[in-house]
Amino acid sequence: MSSLPFGVDLWAAHVAYVLLVGIGLFVLINDDDLVKKVIGLNIFQTGVFLFFVTSAYRVGAQPPLVTGEGPFASPLPQVLILTAIVVGVAVTAVALALIVRIYGEYGTLREDVIRQLREEGR
Amino acid sequence: MSVLLALLVAVPLLAAVLPLFLAPWNRRVARGVVLAALLAQIALAGGLAWRVLTGGATTYVIGAIPASFGIGLAGDRLTAVLVVLVALAGLGAYLVGGIDRGPAGSLWLLLVAGLTGVVVTADVFNLYVFLEISGLAAYALVASARDVDAAVAAFTYLLVGTVGATLYLLGVGYVFVATGTLAMADIAVALPTVGYDSTLVIAGFVLMAVGLSVKLALFPLHSWKPAAYASAPPAVAAMLAALGSTVAGYALLRLTYGVFGVAFLGAVPTVQVLLVVGGLVSVVAGGVLALRATDVRRLLAYSSVSQFGLFAVGLALATPLAVAGALVTLVGHAVAKGGLFVAAGALARAGDLRTLDDYAGLGRRAPVVAGAIALLGTSLVGLPPTVGFAGKYLLALGGLEQGSALGLLSAGIVVLSTLLSLAYVGRLVERLYLGSPPGATPTESESATDRREGADAATDGGVSPSADGGVSDTDADASQAGGDDGVDPISPATPALVVLVVAAVLVLALGLGSSALTDWLAPVVEGWL
Repeated sequence: MSSLPFGVDLWAAHVAYVLLVGIGLFVLINDDDLVKKVIGLNIFQTGVFLFFVTSAYRVGAQPPLVTGEGPFASPLPQVLILTAIVVGVAVTAVALALIVRIYGEYGTLREDVIRQLREEGR
Repeated sequence: MSVLLALLVAVPLLAAVLPLFLAPWNRRVARGVVLAALLAQIALAGGLAWRVLTGGATTYVIGAIPASFGIGLAGDRLTAVLVVLVALAGLGAYLVGGIDRGPAGSLWLLLVAGLTGVVVTADVFNLYVFLEISGLAAYALVASARDVDAAVAAFTYLLVGTVGATLYLLGVGYVFVATGTLAMADIAVALPTVGYDSTLVIAGFVLMAVGLSVKLALFPLHSWKPAAYASAPPAVAAMLAALGSTVAGYALLRLTYGVFGVAFLGAVPTVQVLLVVGGLVSVVAGGVLALRATDVRRLLAYSSVSQFGLFAVGLALATPLAVAGALVTLVGHAVAKGGLFVAAGALARAGDLRTLDDYAGLGRRAPVVAGAIALLGTSLVGLPPTVGFAGKYLLALGGLEQGSALGLLSAGIVVLSTLLSLAYVGRLVERLYLGSPPGATPTESESATDRREGADAATDGGVSPSADGGVSDTDADASQAGGDDGVDPISPATPALVVLVVAAVLVLALGLGSSALTDWLAPVVEGWL
């Protein structure tokens, strides 16, 4: 619908979002450090969140306050992303808790070392 | 309007707060609260099924805010089936036990709430939130096993699962930008005006489908599954195997037909081809990996990869028969795989039996468990009169009926899947009934003579030359011989046994009553196609 413009004036924001998603996924897959994997996951998620926030943008828009005068920026994507950020925080918390336990057992955060230790343990 | 829909999510979600605080104080009270909530869930699910039967499909909006802005829930006949399945599996797997330590009861209820939420939601964004609620509970529950392998498996599961859910969220974003709404019903109305072949719409669908495929564990997005299922506590493995991927499959089905619609598949045939090819690859890869597995729970997890490939094929075909077949496969697989994981967990706990070789000779040592495993395995293969047969029959028929190259290929995939699953289930059943138990001497005749000699020595009393050594030898031989003849039985815990038998009976009942199931689902399928 035309109320949510998806025009070329937003190209910079979209480049940023694609870069963040790409960088995040790359770190997540490529890095052997478990904490860095979680950081990569966070960057990836943040990229997606920024895409949503971008979709709320309108040229010359005001903050969506009832007392203000239109046109308003769309408040819906921002509310959605507030929820998604909470989910992201919860995921990070669980991930870090798991890392603490893994570190307690193997004494390392590197995935390749853990894999080696597990193979030796068999 | 039926408030049951809201209660189905709210009851387990609110009850989940209690065990967290009660468990440190009194574990039995906490367990009682969880059981009460699960029983209430079954009653609510039954109520929804009755409501849908008597009054047709129903909806609910929280706080009477219109569904396009507020939180909408919807229930039809398919929803009712899935909700009942979640409630029953939630109770059944909980009874298997082992999850009343610490906050596990709370996590369990959160898992049930999340899975139910995915099923009843009528909003693509809330689907994401519920997917993550169930996902987070699942990661923590997998890690609640004492084994550190479980923590590593849960970590991998978390990374892959979150990437999947976030890709789904990105797809939601594209669809939202294209249509300006998040309510499933409104998107379905808005899509034709946007145009099915709009880049945004196609990108949105593909991202959502790939995200859900991660949860479905279609090959090659399955890598988290075997490790997570093999190292999770038995009850958690059973629950996730029964419903974790099943609910994601339901979500994919609902998105494809309830939101995008069959016209989308018609306008973008590539999506259909990709789904069939993805299904084919999953069927073959999952089957081959299951054939190579030695750990029984890994074998079962790979078998799931194969079975969900079959589901994806049925989903792609878009004929009433094939979609009905996909649904029957979905339900049948959930019951069979849940039961098999209950059996695997019970055997691992009772006798530390984990690998295929450990299972050798179980037909005599634990006849009930072995019989149930064989029956549930038969359903995976798809032999009558089990529910697996009904699903595969409908799928193959749907493929042949369509007649196109894609349809014929799909029918071929069903046959291929049957052969592969026959091979890996056959391996398992062969060990159960024909394999000799570990610890028995390699050749059967030799051990038999040993035993006879031992028995002779026993009757001779202390007359034999080496009296002392002879007696202890006799004891060892006698106990070993007893193991061969079923005197050394494995006795799994009674609750697990009951749940297992119920699952086996359900597989048979659903198989014999498969026409009733398809009749029950027919209005939903006809509404879609």
